[in-house]
Amino acid sequence: METQISRRSFLKGGMAAAAGVAAAGVPGSQALAGPDESKQLATLIDISKCVGCEACVDACSEANAAKYPDPQKPFPKMYPNRVPVEDWSDKQDVNDRLTPYNWLFIQHADVEINGEERELTIPRRCMHCTNPPCVKLCPWGAAQQLENGISKIDSDICLGGSKCKKVCPWDIPQRQTGTGLYLDLMPSMAGNGVMYKCDRCYKKVAEGELPACIEACPEDVQTIGPREEIIKKAHALAKEINGYIYGEEENGGTNTIYVSPVPFEDLNKGIETGKGKPHLKPVDDTMAQANHLAAAMIIAPVAGIAAAIGKYFKRSNTVNKGA
Amino acid sequence: MDQNLVNTRVVSRPVRWLYLTTTFFLILTGFGQMPIFKRYYVADIPGLGWLAEFFVTHYIHYLGAIVLLALVAYITADYLILKRNSRRLTATGNSRIALLVGILVSGGLLVVRNLTGTNFSHKFIIFLDVTHLGLVMVFLFVSLYCLILKKHWTTER
Repeated sequence: METQISRRSFLKGGMAAAAGVAAAGVPGSQALAGPDESKQLATLIDISKCVGCEACVDACSEANAAKYPDPQKPFPKMYPNRVPVEDWSDKQDVNDRLTPYNWLFIQHADVEINGEERELTIPRRCMHCTNPPCVKLCPWGAAQQLENGISKIDSDICLGGSKCKKVCPWDIPQRQTGTGLYLDLMPSMAGNGVMYKCDRCYKKVAEGELPACIEACPEDVQTIGPREEIIKKAHALAKEINGYIYGEEENGGTNTIYVSPVPFEDLNKGIETGKGKPHLKPVDDTMAQANHLAAAMIIAPVAGIAAAIGKYFKRSNTVNKGA
Repeated sequence: MDQNLVNTRVVSRPVRWLYLTTTFFLILTGFGQMPIFKRYYVADIPGLGWLAEFFVTHYIHYLGAIVLLALVAYITADYLILKRNSRRLTATGNSRIALLVGILVSGGLLVVRNLTGTNFSHKFIIFLDVTHLGLVMVFLFVSLYCLILKKHWTTER
């Protein structure tokens, strides 16, 4: 489904890329109005079913252990001094937040349902946005979105600049210093490791298998399928339990749809948020503002040509009047 | 064509300044797509904090691209309609035009890439990113060379 790009081939630069383009052809863009909901796979997470057993967290770690960073120490001295070293290699067991070694964790929220105090548990990981800013705004193309909607970061190419984290509304990607391509370039002056996040077990999905977290869940909290079907299921479930939906509209739409028995505003108040612990607030479409300007880019040359023609006729009239 | 219609200057002073201002902000915000301005304290300079805000630089880059596209179309049409018979493009002019076309095409494809529902291949996106940045770097060096050696875009026929 997708190909890994080796560090060596990337360093060969344009030649390798050009060869790739020649081999792959220039892919056509699909309907620009929205994501292809029949191709993009989404997951439905029924929060009311989750018991917080962390079977999904353990399964995620086991399935993705080979992808986790193996940093070289000591880390190169980085300039200027403000560049932060982010090292999780000695804290690989941390599982109460997102880290480069933990791409899925369980959030806890104390809420009131029908006058009864109850703790809800929520699996949190990358939302896999339908138009992911982490992918679209990565300056090197290190992050990519697969045709089935999975967004992933290529650890062979990522320089660890953390832009993807800054443009992610939920600050999902996490950095590990001392690993990746930047070590082969200018480790003191540019880059700072590699960013890591859930890739929704893209290899397993490509082989027709379920992502590890879904496969391992004893409560069937998660369902995966084409986005349009998952959205329908989410609405049916929300109607059935008189619940609420999160992820359908957030950031222009995501491929992770939560259904909760309580409003997400209440859930967000109940969860601990902060570094590596994403919120559940409403999120505007971060890519929309700039994308709305795309139409103006088509009109702009027409306006320029019209201005030049207008100038010609204006000058013609002036010359004719003077004659 | 009536020579009275033809102004010997290829572009007027306001158009020239608009072009220079636009390309300055395009290059500034283009480099701002890389996480370097905060790392290297540029965004710490009072008034330049916005350079570390990726969505802001992205939006301004798009605005600059709109102005540049309009300017390029205007100058091209103006040249073809009014000045083609009196002036011809120089070698450095042709080189800069070729680079600008490359920058605009690769940038345009990156704009398409950013739209919802567009799914370019990974390799093609890397090719576009590297090409766009590479062409801008070459364009900068060629422009600097032309500035120092006073090379013009056009000359009299």
